[in-house]
Formats: sequence, C-alpha cells, structure tokens
Amino acid sequence: MKIKEIAKLLDGRILGCQDNFEMEFHKAFSSDLMSDVLKVSFDDTLLITGLCNNQTMRTADMADVSVVIIGRDKRADEEMLSLAEDSGITIIESPYSLFKISGILFSVGIKPLY
Amino acid sequence: MHYSFDIERGNFTDAGHASASVKRTLKQLDVAPASIKRIVVALYEAEINAVAHAYGGKIDVEIDPEKIVMVVADEGPGIPNVDLAMTEGWSTASQKVREMGFGAGMGLPNIKKNTDELKIDTRIGVGTTLTMTVYLNS
Ligand SMILES: Nc1ncnc2c1ncn2[C@@H]1O[C@H](COP(=O)(O)OP(=O)(O)OP(=O)(O)O)[C@@H](O)[C@H]1O
Ligand SMILES: [Mg+2]
Repeated sequence: MKIKEIAKLLDGRILGCQDNFEMEFHKAFSSDLMSDVLKVSFDDTLLITGLCNNQTMRTADMADVSVVIIGRDKRADEEMLSLAEDSGITIIESPYSLFKISGILFSVGIKPLY
Repeated sequence: MHYSFDIERGNFTDAGHASASVKRTLKQLDVAPASIKRIVVALYEAEINAVAHAYGGKIDVEIDPEKIVMVVADEGPGIPNVDLAMTEGWSTASQKVREMGFGAGMGLPNIKKNTDELKIDTRIGVGTTLTMTVYLNS
C-alpha cells in the first residue's frame, strides 16, 4: 500500500519528505518506546506512534524507518519536520488513536511484524 | 578517520546528532546498510543514555577499513550494578526520560546485540565509558 492511500484511510496529513510516494508498505509496527523500535527491522514497514518529539525522528532515522504515522492528533513541530526532511522520512499525522489506526491498517491487510 | 562530538548536559532535543552524522559518513563510505544500522543503533542508544542517566560527555569515533570503534564517555553517577543494568527491561529512567520515549530498559541489551565488542568502564560518582567495536566486513 502506498503513502497516499494510507493517509486517506487514516484521515491523515502528509508532511516531511515527499520522495517516498512510490514505496509499497506491507507491514506495520506500533510503539511509544523508542528502544523497542530500535530492536526491529523496518523493510517496507510503517512505524505507528503516539510519541511526537525530536527523538521520534532521530529513532526513525537510526532504525531506517521511511514513514512515521503519528496518532492521537499530535502535531509535528518545525524542528521535527526539518529532521524528517533531512533524513528522508515522511510523516502522516492522524487524528485517530493508535488502536484505531492499527485496526484500520490491519483490516486492509497490513501485517504485524510478529 | 576520527570524529568527535560533545553530548550536552540535559539536552534531549539535540541527542542523536552524533549518530545521525556518523550514519551520513558511513553511507558516503559505502558501508553495508546492515552494518550501518547496527552501528548507529548502538551509538544512538549510548548517546541517549549519556543524556538520560548522566550529565552529558563526549563521543569519539574512529573509522578504519576493517572496523569502527566508538567511545562514549559521560560524566555522571556511574552504574552500580552492570549485570543488572544489562538485563532486558531493567530501568531507572526518570518520568521525564519516559515521556521522551525512553526507559524500556532495552538500550544496553540493544548495544550488546548490535556490537561485536562492548566494554563498560564505570566509576560511581565519576562516570561511565562505553567502548563499542563493530567489524565492517563481517
Ligand atoms: N551512562 C549511564 N550512566 C548511569 N547509568 C546508566 C547509564 N547507562 C545506563 N544506565 C543505567 O542502566 C539502566 C539500563 O540502561 P538501558 O539503556 O538498558 O535502559 P534505559 O536507558 O533505562 O531504557 P531504554 O534504553 O530502553 O530507553 C538505566 O536505567 C540506568 O539505570
Ligand atoms: Mg537506554
């Protein structure tokens, strides 16, 4: 599934890097704990999180995450956006809870990592 | 090649800049992506620990064709029981650190997993130095 379709399902807003639109995503991992994010591998995998600060972007960069879905109606600030652009990360801001985001994506066939 | 970075006391906003910079350098050097990920995850976890549990410090990175050696030296309380600190899930992270998304007690185990050699020198009331080595053609 591509970024624009995902954003539409989540009533989301696309920000940050605009270069990943042709990428296909088949899996997702959801966490607010950055060390858990750093433990897993992110090939064609979306990160879903409610954590909205610089370290979300740094962690995504180190973990090779291409798309971060930020739930619970939180807004990425200027610094986060510039970190995202520098590291090639697309942000989707969604007003939904992490449970709802995960449920919607699961129901359209996005798979868990484990 | 040698690179040095300062880790500023209490500066959670900036933590990770050294790891991001090392990641860019390794990419330019055409290091295998799997190795880059192991290296930067270990360095980032160590960088975060120096801000989260200590009062900042210094990072020295030495890159040569066969290996990368990263030394993260902080000024801080030291680690009273290293075996306990290495246990998955064990954490003394403050509320503030938890709000930043850390405190799973997974950092040191992640560092161990992602490096080929890890040495921890710690002195109570003085600080902690992590020396992490990753071989590049493994
Ligand atoms: N540089 C350090 N100085 C002092 N204590 C440390 C240092 N690094 C780790 N510790 C101690 O070891 C514990 C475990 O560290 P570890 O990195 O594994 O987990 P954490 O930092 O608490 O959480 P996480 O890394 O998952 O976000 C810490 O909670 C802290 O008590
Ligand atoms: Mg840690």
